[in-house]
Amino acid sequence: MFSAETLAVIFVGLMGLSIFLYAILDGYDLGVGILLPLENQQQSDNMIASIGPFWDANETWLVLAIGVLLIAFPSAHSFILKELYIPVAVLLIALILRGVAFDFRMKAAFSHRPTWDKAFKVGSLLAALSQGYMLGMYIMGFEYSWQSTAFSLLSAVGVAAAYSYIGACWLVMKSEGELQKKATKWARKAGRFSFLGVLAVSVVNPLINASVYERWFSLPNMILLLPMPAFCFVLFLIVDRLLKRMPFQDDVSCWIPFVGAIMIFFLCFNGLAFSFFPDIVPGKITIWQAAAAPASLSFILWGALVVIPCILAYTCYSYRVFWGKTKELKYY
Amino acid sequence: MLDTLILSRIQFAANISFHILFPAITIALGWFLFYFKLRFNLSGDPIWMRAYRFWVKVFALTFAIGVVTGITMSFQFGTNWPGYMETVGNIAGPLLGYEVLTAFFLEATFLGIMLFGINRVPAKIHTLATFIVALGTSISAFWILSLNSWMHTPAGYEMIDGVAHVTSWLEVIFNPSFPYRFSHMMVASGLTASFLIAGISAYRILRGDAKRAPKLTLKTALTVACVLGPLQMIIGDMHGLNTLEHQPQKVAAMEGVWQTEKNVPLLLFAIPDEAAKKNHFELKIPNMASLILTHKIDGEIKGLNEFEGNHPPVAPVFWGFRIMVGLGLLMIFVAWFSRIKLWKSEHLSPWNLKVLFAMSFSGWVATLAGWYVTEIGRQPELVTGILTVKDAATDIAPANVGLSLSLYLIVYAILMVAYLHTVFLMARGAVEIEEVSYEEVRKSNMQHENSDEVNHV
Ligand code: HDD
Ligand code: HEM
Ligand code: HEM
Repeated sequence: MFSAETLAVIFVGLMGLSIFLYAILDGYDLGVGILLPLENQQQSDNMIASIGPFWDANETWLVLAIGVLLIAFPSAHSFILKELYIPVAVLLIALILRGVAFDFRMKAAFSHRPTWDKAFKVGSLLAALSQGYMLGMYIMGFEYSWQSTAFSLLSAVGVAAAYSYIGACWLVMKSEGELQKKATKWARKAGRFSFLGVLAVSVVNPLINASVYERWFSLPNMILLLPMPAFCFVLFLIVDRLLKRMPFQDDVSCWIPFVGAIMIFFLCFNGLAFSFFPDIVPGKITIWQAAAAPASLSFILWGALVVIPCILAYTCYSYRVFWGKTKELKYY
Repeated sequence: MLDTLILSRIQFAANISFHILFPAITIALGWFLFYFKLRFNLSGDPIWMRAYRFWVKVFALTFAIGVVTGITMSFQFGTNWPGYMETVGNIAGPLLGYEVLTAFFLEATFLGIMLFGINRVPAKIHTLATFIVALGTSISAFWILSLNSWMHTPAGYEMIDGVAHVTSWLEVIFNPSFPYRFSHMMVASGLTASFLIAGISAYRILRGDAKRAPKLTLKTALTVACVLGPLQMIIGDMHGLNTLEHQPQKVAAMEGVWQTEKNVPLLLFAIPDEAAKKNHFELKIPNMASLILTHKIDGEIKGLNEFEGNHPPVAPVFWGFRIMVGLGLLMIFVAWFSRIKLWKSEHLSPWNLKVLFAMSFSGWVATLAGWYVTEIGRQPELVTGILTVKDAATDIAPANVGLSLSLYLIVYAILMVAYLHTVFLMARGAVEIEEVSYEEVRKSNMQHENSDEVNHV
């Protein structure tokens, strides 16, 4: 049996894991949606085919993240969702739009397909923007001022750029020929925007949150942490240089940009987590204040310990089944 | 101006009503698909694969809408009912959590393999994926209905400082109304899917589709409906008796009984009048309600007078119940009638097909009516004896809830039109496709080298 304190830490870790996996996995498929070239039907088909078998499971990580927040930190869940009421509604409607557009575009009358493609693209973009906006509001501790709105808008664009980046890198890995060339260009462009976004957030965050500043710029933390942003910068650089020379003979190393993007996401995610832990609502509620009853947490913990490895295993299996370059998405 | 509470209620009711329509189809349609695939594996007859291919498309579309509207549901508790999570979060949280862990990931992941993997995995694995998806949807229903039943008939908990704490998870999960609600819902899904399959198949035949596939699916669906219809009536009766024990005020509203009395008649029609506390225009069968509910001709039934000021609104519960039961009886009649006709001859008459077509979505109506009985019949409480709806509501500004509600309603209206339009479009498309292509025969030959005979068209 774990103590209430340990349980809170375990569950915040679990929530972190699902948010991180969500950001990578739904990140790339939202990114692919954002990049959809409406004028080119065949490339659109191909791009959507590359995410077809995965998007539904990817989105489920969001459900788990929200679920863990609800289960483990109910008062924080109510607090955060109340503050973010409108952006959450926008996010949900955007997710509805794109989820159904994915299916309707293949089944509705052919003449309606461009409309559904548009819905898919707009839905993906709106979902990314609203997530970025929420991240911004979260970092600002849910304050309402023009500065915080401006910052949240910046963060919205940053997240949309980051998703496009990882989405483009996914396409570089999963596509060939013309589309791959296009994806390479997108990836470089989106990479620069993402870099600026990461930079902006990293500069603004400590400037407005005194405790974050304290944490990052006091000794010895500063020296110990320096490799993190440095490594992030190097990764952006390597991926960009590599993309410039792509594609290589036999398409070797087409997967490196995608892995690079994942690593960048990982570093940024950890940076944010480090800034705020152990607060679950920055500056207002800690994980220990918000934690649910230990008996309920233990009940779900044992299940999670058994089930999550299984989920990861069959997720890997499904990626193996659809390994390699995307083929036409035949339904059956 | 509407207040936040009423707007939140409308929004929740709209969201969950829209959500349930799609699981109501997919839960059972998944099992139908598994059956089609099994029949194909066993017989090698490509016609089963044809049936699979058509219905898997309907499944995919329905499932996608179920998923995205479900994601909306999982945010609702926090956004609109914060008091709910604060009071019973220790119970609701883990049950919802187990649903995500054991059902959502399972179905979402294997759905990819089921829909797009047929040429990438061995045939057996594909069949297994189909099975897992069907199982996943059923596990989903298990957990969510466990939670919902617990809200109606709480058990296995104690209240400490106004917050529910669990004393026994087994009692929580298998609370008194759960077995009835779960089986009633599963069978409801079976009926919804059967009538959808029968209706769309009838539509194809009416459109001049002379192939074997729609006939085969029509027959299969009707057979299932013949079994499930009567079964549903029996389970429904037991469900009602269980409700009489735990929520007598709901049954009083269902039957329109204003005063406690013996020899209660069954009302076939009436207009309940809340102000005058009586019914107008009653059309009744003497003693029947007493007989059904107490199994005695002169059994006593508690009337609404015993729950003064604390009972649900009568008219929606009363009417919801009649719509559900009426449709249930109609389904039994139509299913048996058509199935017997099909047994005697190979074709159904056009008007018979038209009736089946008209009933394509009758399961939706019955399911919603049933849920309205259940949920409105629980008012004004949200969790029986623990929490009222009023105390759970959020304090967000009404304008915000009004905005989100309007957005949802617009999106749902568009989706509903698009969904129905597309289902019938796919059905018309299937009319044109040739029976079984050469390619398919060859493929199924390869997959079934040991089955010596391949059925031709
Ligand atoms: C195809 C759908 C369908 C059909 C044909 C029926 N039902 Fe039903 N009914 C449901 C679908 C449903 C449901 C949607 O699944 C409900 C709502 C909540 C629940 O547990 O099941 C329900 C609830 C429900 C309740 C309320 C339980 C409560 O108090 O919460 C009763 C008493 C019955 N049903 C009884 C019947 C009877 C006697 C039927 C006779 C034919 C019948 N139902 C047909
Ligand atoms: C799936 C089919 C369901 C339908 C169609 C349905 C329908 C409804 C309706 C119409 C109401 C509004 C009642 C009123 O305000 O008078 C309601 C309320 C509610 N139901 Fe359900 N319900 C369903 C299942 C569930 C489930 C599975 C849960 C919980 C796990 C649930 C929890 C609630 C809650 C929290 C409310 C809000 C409070 C209220 O207004 O009563 N419902 N539902
Ligand atoms: C308040 C109640 C409910 C919540 C919070 C909820 C939540 C969800 C969520 C988040 C999903 C998406 C899963 C995914 O990502 O794959 C989903 C889908 C699903 N839900 Fe619900 N749900 C509720 C009510 C119900 C009810 C009453 C039923 C059935 C009796 C049901 C059955 C299903 C099924 C079978 C799916 C799979 C998708 C589909 O078949 O269309 N849910 N639900």
